Amino acid sequence: MDWLEVVVLFLQHLWLSVVPLLLGLAVAIPLGWLARRYRRLYAPMLGVTGLAYTIPSLALFVALPVILGTQILSPVNVVVALTIYTLALLVRTVADGLGAVPDDVRQAALAMGYRPLPRFLRVELPVAVPVIGAGLRVAAVSNVSLVTVSALLGVPQLGALFVDGLNRAYLAPLITGIVLCVVLALLLDGLILLGTRALTPWQRERGAT
Amino acid sequence: MIGEFLQWFTDPVHWTGQDGIPNRLLEHLGYSVLALVIAAAIGIALGLYVGHTGKGTFMVAGFANALRALPSLGLLFLVTLVLLDALPNTLGQFLPALLVLVILAVPPILTSTYAGVQNVDPAARDAAYGMGMTGREVLVKVEAPCALPLVFSGLRSAMLQIVSTATLAAWVGLGGLGRLLQDGQSVQDYPQMLAGAVLVALLALVMEALLAGVQRFSVPRGLTGRGARRARATTASEVTKPTFSTEPEDEPVAAR
Repeated sequence: MDWLEVVVLFLQHLWLSVVPLLLGLAVAIPLGWLARRYRRLYAPMLGVTGLAYTIPSLALFVALPVILGTQILSPVNVVVALTIYTLALLVRTVADGLGAVPDDVRQAALAMGYRPLPRFLRVELPVAVPVIGAGLRVAAVSNVSLVTVSALLGVPQLGALFVDGLNRAYLAPLITGIVLCVVLALLLDGLILLGTRALTPWQRERGAT
Repeated sequence: MIGEFLQWFTDPVHWTGQDGIPNRLLEHLGYSVLALVIAAAIGIALGLYVGHTGKGTFMVAGFANALRALPSLGLLFLVTLVLLDALPNTLGQFLPALLVLVILAVPPILTSTYAGVQNVDPAARDAAYGMGMTGREVLVKVEAPCALPLVFSGLRSAMLQIVSTATLAAWVGLGGLGRLLQDGQSVQDYPQMLAGAVLVALLALVMEALLAGVQRFSVPRGLTGRGARRARATTASEVTKPTFSTEPEDEPVAAR
């Protein structure tokens, strides 16, 4: 087995898992805010994202080229599909996280003269970070697993090692692929956990006392 | 592209025989339901046991988290490859895939059943013990029915996982709708792949809607009928109201 090749597959896998995570988060924050601000939007928004989440990943990878006009081998399909799944998981998390911001915190910010946008960005969103972080961890781990499926269509990432192992009836690449996937999932999970802690220093102080 | 897709779909050749849509759909549905039934038997029994006794709680969380990080495609190929030589040909065709479907479906059922039992109102549990029910009676008559809504949400996510992974299982010889995708890919027949994708998506959506519907009907009336009972209570208080209305101080009490 060529190790350089494995490293390249690992990096491709990393890229395919992380980009949808960031895109999904970037879209989920304004949508979650909307679902909070206009309560009537909450149920339909979760309904639509839930419906999208129901579609099996391979089906979405195959169907997206028709909608996007991309080639079936294009990694863009994978990125878009996983962004949709991430979004479906995170819209609910962001909306519920924002909803869990204590009302006296919101009132205090209002009394201190925060305008709506700074209040959202500098008070409500930071307070919701632990909840959003927890959702992000679930999405990251599930993305790493879902990316492998696109190997059946020939998109290069760690899943290619599974296909290679099956075709050659050879366990080494198969097990290497699985182990590296788990390592990548745990790595992303740990990084998000550390990021969440770094963004919420007040929680650490509360834990220490 | 859409035209070719519709042409593929309406071609009568694709609606008969082993490779036909009805047969592939039935295969997919059959394996999915079979896997769900086995996984439900294991997951619900274990979840009720752990939730009721509190033994092995750490196992539930650890098990579920560890399995989430495992890529299902890799697990499917690994189990197939390992068991392929150990099993006779006929069994080797579907047993490894079925095993993986069950392995992937147990954790969501187990964790949500456990959570359902944990979330039972402690007052209800205490009341049941106070009425003289034995531990088993409390489990069967109080905890299990109260946990039912969460059990069903576990079954729904398990079914999604199964239908999705069963599609991948075509690559290890399970048949099902994944075959349309696999066969289509091997001969570069994109309309056929698209047909497979659409059918798989439809199957997942239908199963989800079906289980959501069953969930709504299976929840005990005592849990869903809370609104109805409150409505009855208010009408009852309105009926008795005239007897109290002679006292002027009654108004704030009624408002509360």
